[in-house]
Amino acid sequence: MVEAIRDAMDVSMQRDENVVVFGEDVGYFGGVFRCTQGLQQKFGTSRCFDTPISELGIVGVAVGMAAYGLRPCVEIQFADYMYPGYDQIVSEVARLRYRSNGEFTAPLVVRMPTGGGIFGGQTHSQSPEALFVHVAGLKTVVPSNPYDAKGLLIAAIEDNDPVIFLEPKRLYNGPFDGHHDRPVTPWSRHAQGEVPDGHYTVPLGKAAIRREGAAVTVLAYGTMVFVAEAAAAETGIDAEVIDLRTLLPYDLETIVASVQKTGRCVIVHEATLTGGYGAELAALVQEHCFYSLEAPIARVTGWDTPYPHAQEWDYFPGPARVGRALKAVMEA
Amino acid sequence: MSDAGRLSFHVPAPAVRPGGTPDFSDVKIPPAGEVRRPEVDVAAEEIRDLAYSIIRVLNRAGEAIGPWAGRLSKDELLEGLRHMMTLRAFDARMLMAQRQGKTSFYMQHMGEEAVSCAFRKALAPGDMNFPTYRQAGLLIAGGYPMAKMMAQIYSNELDPLKGRQLPIMYSSREHGFFSISGNLATQFVQAVGWAMASAMKRDTKIAAGWIGDGSTAESDFHAALVFASTYKAPVVLNIVNNQWAISTFQGIARGGSGTFAARGLGFGMPALRVDGNDYLAVHAVAKWAVERARRNLGPTLIEYVTYRVGAHSTSDDPTAYRPKTESDAWPLGDPVLRLKQHLIRLGVWSEERHKQAEAEILATVIETQREAEAHGTLHSGPHPSARDMFEGVYEAMPPHLRRQRQQAGV
Ligand SMILES: Cc1ncc(C[n+]2csc(CCOP(=O)(O)OP(=O)(O)O)c2C)c(N)n1
Ligand SMILES: [Mg+2]
Repeated sequence: MVEAIRDAMDVSMQRDENVVVFGEDVGYFGGVFRCTQGLQQKFGTSRCFDTPISELGIVGVAVGMAAYGLRPCVEIQFADYMYPGYDQIVSEVARLRYRSNGEFTAPLVVRMPTGGGIFGGQTHSQSPEALFVHVAGLKTVVPSNPYDAKGLLIAAIEDNDPVIFLEPKRLYNGPFDGHHDRPVTPWSRHAQGEVPDGHYTVPLGKAAIRREGAAVTVLAYGTMVFVAEAAAAETGIDAEVIDLRTLLPYDLETIVASVQKTGRCVIVHEATLTGGYGAELAALVQEHCFYSLEAPIARVTGWDTPYPHAQEWDYFPGPARVGRALKAVMEA
Repeated sequence: MSDAGRLSFHVPAPAVRPGGTPDFSDVKIPPAGEVRRPEVDVAAEEIRDLAYSIIRVLNRAGEAIGPWAGRLSKDELLEGLRHMMTLRAFDARMLMAQRQGKTSFYMQHMGEEAVSCAFRKALAPGDMNFPTYRQAGLLIAGGYPMAKMMAQIYSNELDPLKGRQLPIMYSSREHGFFSISGNLATQFVQAVGWAMASAMKRDTKIAAGWIGDGSTAESDFHAALVFASTYKAPVVLNIVNNQWAISTFQGIARGGSGTFAARGLGFGMPALRVDGNDYLAVHAVAKWAVERARRNLGPTLIEYVTYRVGAHSTSDDPTAYRPKTESDAWPLGDPVLRLKQHLIRLGVWSEERHKQAEAEILATVIETQREAEAHGTLHSGPHPSARDMFEGVYEAMPPHLRRQRQQAGV
């Protein structure tokens, strides 16, 4: 997935000389996850460069550049470190179009690795997507595989609105279904690991059905898509697994059609429960599918604690917990 | 177009990259003993030049010279050497333990041992440090049990932080060591707040803030300087300039400021630069700044000029961004070897005693490690429970969390 993300920036930088890439350790070294490796050598230090360690600075100058006419695609080293830049994101990036009535806009992308599963403790594991979805004016994307990552990132860079692009870091080197005691399978052995050369997009706002099923709808994104697939396989429950891909704007049509078909819904995310994106999904399903529902909607999420270090696998909502929720809604 | 011509975009770059010959000719190093030692109540504007020089005590021959010398007894120096050697041995063993899969992560101090070890000896009981992840010398020189550090690193059943924190993110109020945050720079301004509180309460304690060269770019750094300067807070603000911030050379954070210490000048703060690989110089400058703070004369900004010899962390490979031999070319040498040489020169130490001490220290570290491992390592043996994960989020567990803990079945 690292290569796919890099390729998306490479393709975009080739097609549009206004696309610039920067962040901490992003230039010469190519990023701590190597997502920008080679871009500085290829496009020069005016198009891809290292910044001081200031997330506020990174997002703030991106707004200024975007106002000038560039299309910055910036990296925050970990989503956990975006908070110093959050004021710029919320008060500036998100509202620039609105407050200037379109005179100034911020067509920029803020990429950041998200989620746990790497024993990173509380400052390398967070999933702050709800903090972005809650802000009017932002689009929020979470890819789950290399094919989508490339297509969605190109679409995000080309979008005229600001996009928060959250990359599940546990998926960088291969799909992960939560079975942490099993060997890692590389993307090369996965269907969506195949990434076409050159330019293509995956449209923002469109979900994908990863597994068709009739018994229950599972709404998931990022790493949890694979966890949900594993839970369906292991419980033998005929679940329909939907990969939301874009959290905002969300694909209501696909969600509603599926829940109306199955009559049951389980929502899975790694972020904490309370006030999480799952709450929004549950409200939407309730509003639009109430008369089709045959069981209460269930949520499987990270617990409402900071992300612990040693207890990583007690915290991570793995296939066993998702499987139990599937069984519970089937029996309800 | 005006006759000013077209603009161009400037991005600083280090003198050398992998494949090149290490070059530190731009690091201007004055001879040891040359920089004057002002009185502690000196006005900041009278010592602006000290922000651009380097205070050094130990010369190449291992002699302690100049106005900053002569402040430590032989026993204190021998103890300092032992602390640095202990930290080095501790790092070596913990790095190895990480490679053996006994923990997830580690960060070492190689080359920077003098900074935190010597600084700690300038403080008094009750003073509080707000450290980064590269000041474990504050704990070692402060007498914190190594066994507890290891328990934290292993997230084992004796981990005082219950497995919640990433390895090396220690915390010990008793030892004047504020809980380490993974979010860079946040502690720098908090140190100022602690110091302000001490002044507000007419206490006698002072605080010390710590930050890396790269992290001075964060707003927290600038907020710390403005608050410290406005309220004349009794705080020592320490910048550890080890030349690198992961792969990013210090010029990216420093920008057009000649030195990091010079950042303090605009805030009207005394700002000193010191040889961070010189135990005596670090201690003497720390003492000076601590005394200023204690005498209610306000904050001091100190830049320690040093070099990060090892990788940033166990997740990093520096050969990708700097010459392999760069650390050998570092002109300020190795802090352990320099103090050893000085002690030999004083006639209180010898090569044999050094070797013997090295072996003794290593044996102690290994023995402590053996005991720590009997209480578990990250992936095997006894460990904090899943119950511990739900504790301590709030003073009293709210009902929703109690319900979640029940659901988790722990
Ligand atoms: C707010 C924030 N941004 C980014 C990071 C990622 N990060 C961890 S250490 C580091 C480099 C810090 O360099 P420096 O301040 O020079 O300290 P050193 O590691 O050299 O001691 C970075 C960018 C972080 N931990 N927190
Ligand atoms: Mg540094």
